[in-house]
Amino acid sequence: MTTTKDVPALALADITCRFAARDDASKAYTAVADATLNVARGEFVSVVGPTGCGKSTLLNVAAGLLEPSSGTVEVFGERLLATQGVNRRAGYMFQADALMPWRTGIDNVIAGLEFRGVPRAEAVGQGEAWLRRVGLAGFGDRYPHQMSGGMRKRLALAQTLILSPDILLMDEPFSALDVQTRQLMENELLALWAEDRKSVLFITHDLEEAIALSDRVVVLSAGPATRPIGDFKVDLPRPRDVQEIRMTPAFLDLHREIWAAMKEEVLKAYEQQKAI
Amino acid sequence: MRLRILQLLLLGLLIVAWYVMTAPGLIPPFYFDKANRAAFFFGEPQKVFWVIVDWFASGEIFPHLGITLLETALGFTIGAAAGLGIGLWLALSPTASAITDPYIKGFNSMPRVVLAPIFAVWFGLGIWSKVALGVTLVFFVVFFNVYQGVREVSPNLIANARMLGASQRQLLRSIYLPSAMSWVFASLHNAVGLAFVGAVVGEYLGSSMGVGYLILQAEGTFDINTVFAGILVLTACALVLDSLVGVVERRLMTWQPKAGQTEKV
Repeated sequence: MTTTKDVPALALADITCRFAARDDASKAYTAVADATLNVARGEFVSVVGPTGCGKSTLLNVAAGLLEPSSGTVEVFGERLLATQGVNRRAGYMFQADALMPWRTGIDNVIAGLEFRGVPRAEAVGQGEAWLRRVGLAGFGDRYPHQMSGGMRKRLALAQTLILSPDILLMDEPFSALDVQTRQLMENELLALWAEDRKSVLFITHDLEEAIALSDRVVVLSAGPATRPIGDFKVDLPRPRDVQEIRMTPAFLDLHREIWAAMKEEVLKAYEQQKAI
Repeated sequence: MRLRILQLLLLGLLIVAWYVMTAPGLIPPFYFDKANRAAFFFGEPQKVFWVIVDWFASGEIFPHLGITLLETALGFTIGAAAGLGIGLWLALSPTASAITDPYIKGFNSMPRVVLAPIFAVWFGLGIWSKVALGVTLVFFVVFFNVYQGVREVSPNLIANARMLGASQRQLLRSIYLPSAMSWVFASLHNAVGLAFVGAVVGEYLGSSMGVGYLILQAEGTFDINTVFAGILVLTACALVLDSLVGVVERRLMTWQPKAGQTEKV
């Protein structure tokens, strides 16, 4: 008998995803094979892997946006079934822009509250508070196209966090930003996360980012048939500053250790892409 | 402002050229063998002007213009609403779309103006046969744009809205409709013009009211000045309608970046 404390926030068990090839059904592409991954309550887990290895597929399965060919997803001990729609306890931050271009900043932030039927005045109040928290106070009446890439990311972060999801799924959210903006955003994310310690599943191809942010780093193999091949605990002290922590010996040791596990897979993925 | 002056200057130049070429006896006839032939075929600007002034002064034009505009408005509204509704439905229902696809393509490639005589038989010579013609013209323009608009919605946007808790209805209202609307507005200038074409062509083929009817009557008596007057009045109306759509578009589509507008930080 397990206590509620031991039940992971997110448990992916033996997930396999096969995609039918467009022209020939017998040539199905196996993106993910027998992947098992747990995220404990309040844990920040990063998943790293070579490009095109099916990281996003795994995240979409966790979000309930994609039904796996086989395997189960459990959210706080409850089975996530595709027939019941998406993972209601998760917030998802996408790699690409997913803001509604026809809504102003504030209307984008409160979209989730609006969908839940929260009265507008109350929603706007919360929205303004979140805009301040992500440093966009006074920009609520701007449309997304009038904002810079970094501002749009912050808006997307506020849009996701305003619903206070128990699980935060992030798909390379900062990959489109320049290095400086990116490190600022990483620090802001850590500060926001430290306030109430959500469970986070963070996908990235950047090992430094993964180590700097997480409690645990999971390494995926190169595709096809991706599965976790390494699991590393990151016991660097918190609170962290992502710029400074990169210089510490403990960080460099970890980086060396994880990179040794990853390197072969990255090279494999590179060879595959060259072959195509 | 300078542009406006040049534009008006060009208009004045065209009218002067028109006058010089057609006024009987002003210049020696160089194409026709009689001095007043040019005026017979092309009208004379000052006479056209007086026909228009007379129309508005006597108020004779208003019932005709009112009918034509009413037909245009009805054809446009019904056609656009039907195009929006059916476009949304077919775009969101792949089965219905697959079944109706050849029929839609067929109706669209048919020269729909030939339907006008059939509509005249079905709906009589009153306004509804003209409205029906306008509807068939407007419908497809709006329909294809809505269909395209819904199909082109970024899957990311839909996934994001679903993760934020949007139900199917909320998806329709907050994602599909606004996304389709930007495509619809791109087609509205076209659609208004076509509704106008439907009304006038319908009148021209058989009616007892409307500007198209005035033109038809004048043509029957070889009154070329009145024909030109009718054409000019219709053109002015079409320009006004087009700028009205422009105003509505600018008010509703403020979220779209204007061409050449930079991102403000």
